[in-house]
Amino acid sequence: MDFNFQDPFTSIGELLRGLLLGWGLAPGLVSLILMLLGALVLAGFAMTLAGVFLTWLDRKLAARIQDRLGPNRVGPFGIFQPIADAIKLITKEDIIPEGAERAIFKLAPMLAVMSAVGIWAVVPFAPRLIGTDLNVGVLYIVAVGAIGTLSIMMGGMASNNKYAMLGAFRTVAQMVAYEIPMVIALLVPTMLAGTMGVGGIVEAQRGGWFIVLAPVATLLFFVSAMAEAGRAPFDLLEAESEIVAGYNVEYSGMKFGMFYVAEFLHGVTIAALTATLFLGGWLGPGAQQFPLLGLVYFAIKTAFVYLVISLIRFSMPRIRIDHLLAFNWKLLTPLALAAVIVTAIADKLAPALGWNRAVVHLTANILLAWATFEALRAYARGIRQRVEVQPAAVETGGAD
Amino acid sequence: MTLVQILFLLFGLVTLLASLMVVTSPKLVHAAFWLILALAGVAALFILLEATFLAVVQVVVYIGAIAILIIFAVMLTRRVMHDTGPQVNRSWWVALLVSLVLFGGLVLMLAQVPALAGTPAPLMVDQETLLEDLGRALVDADRYVLPFELASVLLMASMIGAIFVARPPSGSEERSGER
Repeated sequence: MDFNFQDPFTSIGELLRGLLLGWGLAPGLVSLILMLLGALVLAGFAMTLAGVFLTWLDRKLAARIQDRLGPNRVGPFGIFQPIADAIKLITKEDIIPEGAERAIFKLAPMLAVMSAVGIWAVVPFAPRLIGTDLNVGVLYIVAVGAIGTLSIMMGGMASNNKYAMLGAFRTVAQMVAYEIPMVIALLVPTMLAGTMGVGGIVEAQRGGWFIVLAPVATLLFFVSAMAEAGRAPFDLLEAESEIVAGYNVEYSGMKFGMFYVAEFLHGVTIAALTATLFLGGWLGPGAQQFPLLGLVYFAIKTAFVYLVISLIRFSMPRIRIDHLLAFNWKLLTPLALAAVIVTAIADKLAPALGWNRAVVHLTANILLAWATFEALRAYARGIRQRVEVQPAAVETGGAD
Repeated sequence: MTLVQILFLLFGLVTLLASLMVVTSPKLVHAAFWLILALAGVAALFILLEATFLAVVQVVVYIGAIAILIIFAVMLTRRVMHDTGPQVNRSWWVALLVSLVLFGGLVLMLAQVPALAGTPAPLMVDQETLLEDLGRALVDADRYVLPFELASVLLMASMIGAIFVARPPSGSEERSGER
């Protein structure tokens, strides 16, 4: 069998399949083994990426932004620091607190990592390089994300600790709320592509990335997914200064390490999803002939979005819980609903009037954004007026 | 036995055991977690039936929303997490009778479906078409638009009811509002 360097992944798959079939295994079993192998490679790659490279990058970046050096002792630029950290975590004593629900306590970190890695099963990394192109891929992403919420709740509840429980409470309030604008924002690429399959959504962006067609939905998805993952400025579920560390306060050793890796992986997953659903995924010049090039485009886009997430994370203060929920229910959710309606109307209007699809969508989105800003301005004006009236109320003893 | 049959028996067993634990476990919060396992087992059964959409919806709606809200409610109850009580009350035999009658009725009804007698024929249409058909059926005036809309109205009514119950009395509204 000649090795096709333009499309190495398919070639490797075919090579392995031929080898296993040659050993006399049943075709069904061979498919199963190949799927398991693929999952193992993907999960291993994800763990190495998140556990080693990203933690280092994150700490270096944080250090630069906060005007310090960051890890710089182990290896060149301290790049082997995460390996030292991992060894430390593995050799640490693994404590299960007294009165904890043992089974649930042990299951929670596994589910956390599972929910982050599980999403990658439907992300197309390059043409023909996708775990499984589910026809309900977008819905699958939502479902697996819900398991992440569950894992954090299980960890917080099983720890038998008030702070862990408080972290879990906040998680539910935050994650269940932010899931709504995220799901509604996901409807927009689904509607534009006409399919819920992630591979189909990437293919549909050949004519133009969805960030051009639906900038409002892109921003909505990005913000609500960040809140869903509990990244700063939405990291209320593990606010160090308020509830020690939140849901994972009782976790030690590698169990804590798994929660930590899951959080990082969730950040990468958001970046990968934003890149796939709105920035064209692996699409780029020459990607169709050379799938490796598609992988490079995908990696560049994902890295760019991840960098933006990190920059936001290190430069924003934590948002207060009532502001967080008001922001979700009073701004993001209505805006997401409006974005869906506007997209639906624009999508029907463009072919009917014979105008350019992208222009119609972009104009509709700009109008929507303008209306939102006007509404916000009016709201802020209302608050300002009330604040200016307030001193008089204090003198008459009306306000608290 | 094929692999699918073994998997079916496995998932069916897990689902049944988990459902049994839901009603027998003394701690309320344990019952909630067993319920999640039972619901996940049903999702796995849907996957074995090649109903991917239903499986994913099962996870999103039942595990992602309903089960989490149940746990939340349990955690917020009086003696957080340690709420235990007797497993049966006086009318346990009524419940047993009703569930047995329901089970028997379902078995009788399913036994009369002709398609279930032999080995079912494999699906002729692909998943994408099935999904599209499901979507159209829900908004088609000749098919299920009325039950679909009725369910929407019911959910809407319960949502408004919940907001009404949770709202502070109208007098204290100004104090708890913008700050």
